[in-house]
Amino acid sequence: MDGASPDSRSQSNRRALSDIRGERASGLRERVIEGGLFACAAASVLTTLGIVVVLFMEAIPFFFDVSLLEFFGSTQWTPLYADANFGVWPLVGGTLLVTVIAISVALPFGLLAAIYLSEYASERARKIFKPMLEILAGVPTIVYGYFALVFVTPLLQQVIPGMGGFNALSPGIVMGIMIIPMISSLSEDALHAVPDRLRESSYALGINRIQTIWYVTLPAARSGIVAATTLAVSRAIGETMIVAIAAGQMANLTMDPRESVQTMTAYIVQLSTGDVPTGSLEYQTLFAVGALLFLMTFAMNVIGQWFARKVRNQ
Amino acid sequence: MMNKDQRIGGRIAEWGFRIVCLAAVIIPLLVLATLIVDVAIDGAQRLSWEFISSYPSRIPEQAGVLPALVGSLFVIALTGLLAIPIGVAAAVYLNEYGKNSWVANIIEINIANLAGVPSVVYGLLGLGLFVRFAGMGRSVLAAGCTLALLILPIVIMASREALRSVPGSLREASYGLGATKWETIRQVVLPMALPGILTGTILSISRAIGETAPLIVVGAVAYMTFLPDGLDSSFSVLPIQIYDWTTRPQPEFLINAAAGIVVLLSVMLLLNAAAILLRNKYQKRMY
Amino acid sequence: MSTTSTKLSVSDLDASYGDHQVLHSIDMDIPAKEVTALIGPSGCGKSTYLRCLNRMHELTTAATVNGTVQLDGADIYHDDIDPVLLRRHIGMVFQKPAPFPTWSIADNVLAGLKLTGGVPDNADEIVEKALKGAALWEEVKDKLDKPGTSLSGGQQQRLCIARAITVEPDVLLMDEPCSAIDPVATARVENLIHELGENYTIVVVTHNMQQAARISDKTAFLMMGELVEFDETSKLFSNPSKQETEDYITGKFG
Repeated sequence: MDGASPDSRSQSNRRALSDIRGERASGLRERVIEGGLFACAAASVLTTLGIVVVLFMEAIPFFFDVSLLEFFGSTQWTPLYADANFGVWPLVGGTLLVTVIAISVALPFGLLAAIYLSEYASERARKIFKPMLEILAGVPTIVYGYFALVFVTPLLQQVIPGMGGFNALSPGIVMGIMIIPMISSLSEDALHAVPDRLRESSYALGINRIQTIWYVTLPAARSGIVAATTLAVSRAIGETMIVAIAAGQMANLTMDPRESVQTMTAYIVQLSTGDVPTGSLEYQTLFAVGALLFLMTFAMNVIGQWFARKVRNQ
Repeated sequence: MMNKDQRIGGRIAEWGFRIVCLAAVIIPLLVLATLIVDVAIDGAQRLSWEFISSYPSRIPEQAGVLPALVGSLFVIALTGLLAIPIGVAAAVYLNEYGKNSWVANIIEINIANLAGVPSVVYGLLGLGLFVRFAGMGRSVLAAGCTLALLILPIVIMASREALRSVPGSLREASYGLGATKWETIRQVVLPMALPGILTGTILSISRAIGETAPLIVVGAVAYMTFLPDGLDSSFSVLPIQIYDWTTRPQPEFLINAAAGIVVLLSVMLLLNAAAILLRNKYQKRMY
Repeated sequence: MSTTSTKLSVSDLDASYGDHQVLHSIDMDIPAKEVTALIGPSGCGKSTYLRCLNRMHELTTAATVNGTVQLDGADIYHDDIDPVLLRRHIGMVFQKPAPFPTWSIADNVLAGLKLTGGVPDNADEIVEKALKGAALWEEVKDKLDKPGTSLSGGQQQRLCIARAITVEPDVLLMDEPCSAIDPVATARVENLIHELGENYTIVVVTHNMQQAARISDKTAFLMMGELVEFDETSKLFSNPSKQETEDYITGKFG
């Protein structure tokens, strides 16, 4: 042993502990950097604040002119007509109709796909199918809009009589396909988190696999499935381009999926593509509808996140 | 004793259910394949070098995507420039500094909720904040800022994931050598997390390139006769151009839309390939 | 060489994680330039104790420390002492070898200098000296630019020891340094610890009593967060003064 001994260090710069008293390892720099990083993290909170302030600053003046009673009480939405009506129900109705269609496609497919991936698929099949399903969520919505308009609607028109060129069904179905991976991936995580001992004790009772999935595994994973569905609903409510292209621009309070409807998001797009003078009542409807849209999706997100956290904490 | 018929019935049900589940995976993928083939077939009729290098036109056969393509690249570059440094910094704060503090918890919940805000609402934010309040007008800058806010939560979450994968033992080793927190982050944690951060951020950027609704609200122009020439320039982007073509009554424009989609998907594919290549390259260097 | 002077003087040391108190008023004088082993059943707090000696414990969320630890008579928990600078005086080697994966062998040796500011001009010299000090030089001198993680587990651990002595600490803390490496590599690391004890004050946590007997001059036995017995290693293993110690070393529990 030579060389590394502390005593043999010829010109050692090592000092005694008493010498580093009061000294800091670049304390100021560290604190400045931490402050800068914190500012960046806090920027996300400012974004939320910005959304709320912008939406409500423009929406509140709108409600000086149009009472909340009319906004939520009337069933006519004709803000651009000479005889303007500001009942938001046709837009909300259109949004809900498309959302219901989308979820009735996405939920069964997403859930069954999650069951396949979690309960049946080999590790290899899982590794191939999972990223492929995720591609569905990565395709731009404008592409789905085109697909709904040019491919799915003509197809549906051949099968279903009275199907309009613009309708709620086609964009609803296509949107449903787009959000399948949202449901499947969160649900699969939840199914995966169900401990094997639950399944095994069910098999040990002589219960077969389907019944085990139905009565044991799915109920145990219900928080995750609820979270997935809620977040998917929020996504469907906020989805814009598919409906703007394929559902039409007619605010129409109807339950008939063959008819053209206008969603809240499609209305925002319609108004933005036209020339609406800043500060006009029409301009303010943009933010009033936007604020309502934000509140609806925000509520769904809060509920969804709450369930998702429940899964993570299990 | 279970009788034989019941057993066979059970087995058929078992297989039937399994096939139904498999179908739930296969059918969406078949739809995806149909979509891509359909778009490719439609678009192939118009796709050519001329289509990429021409300006929009009232005559469908002469219209092209050049200003939209350039605009997309311009806006996206700006988006990345703004969102990546802020997003990575925020992720570093949340993962390395703010662990478990109540402020960090609030920020985290907030980010999760922001990720669920509809993109069209970001458009309204951009319209109110950047276009009007900050006086940027309907410009490339306003679009870049809007999209940057839009992808910020995704960049933060992806970067956090990458930072989380750096083993704590390496941080401890660094502290044990007398390194400060920032020295540890800069020299040990960030270099190791870099491949993951890169992949995550490129993927979120490729996502932003397909965004349409927020830029319609911010005020992208569908009919650009010149290339964007500065931050304050008006602009178009590929998805806007495609959307514009889908709203025209002449069916020839739908073919243009399909061709535009092929261009858009190609750009996204290139970006994704770049992300994967980068990740592989860095992962090899990590040994 | 003096073997009687005290390097680290610990008095009335308590440590907790949140509400859970792990250490109860430990008093102990750790001698300079000797190897001191900490033994005890798992969960007895020996690793926590070690981490209190260079203020790594406080990096854990909700971790608290009370009491004093003096290095050469100066309290390391004094307000004026920056824990970061302190750790350059009191180095640490961890249970699992943790060379920085993206760094070469040479860079790993220099890590302490690179991380904290700069590498001096005589870097090559420092690398050679430290690797010789860690008995690794002969094995790696031709592949210094290879990644640190390309070495075997035992070599990686000696690399980490080289990395720790490059910053020229007074004290080296080792947390079960051999628990993650094979027996042959363990023998080499044990020899190295024994040799380093000539010049460094070493505190080593081990769950292996034979190892403690082989490498240490003094041994402390901890149980349930309390120091049961602290004595010359030979005395403690041959003729312990406490019943608990005897029960533990004869294998009655733990």
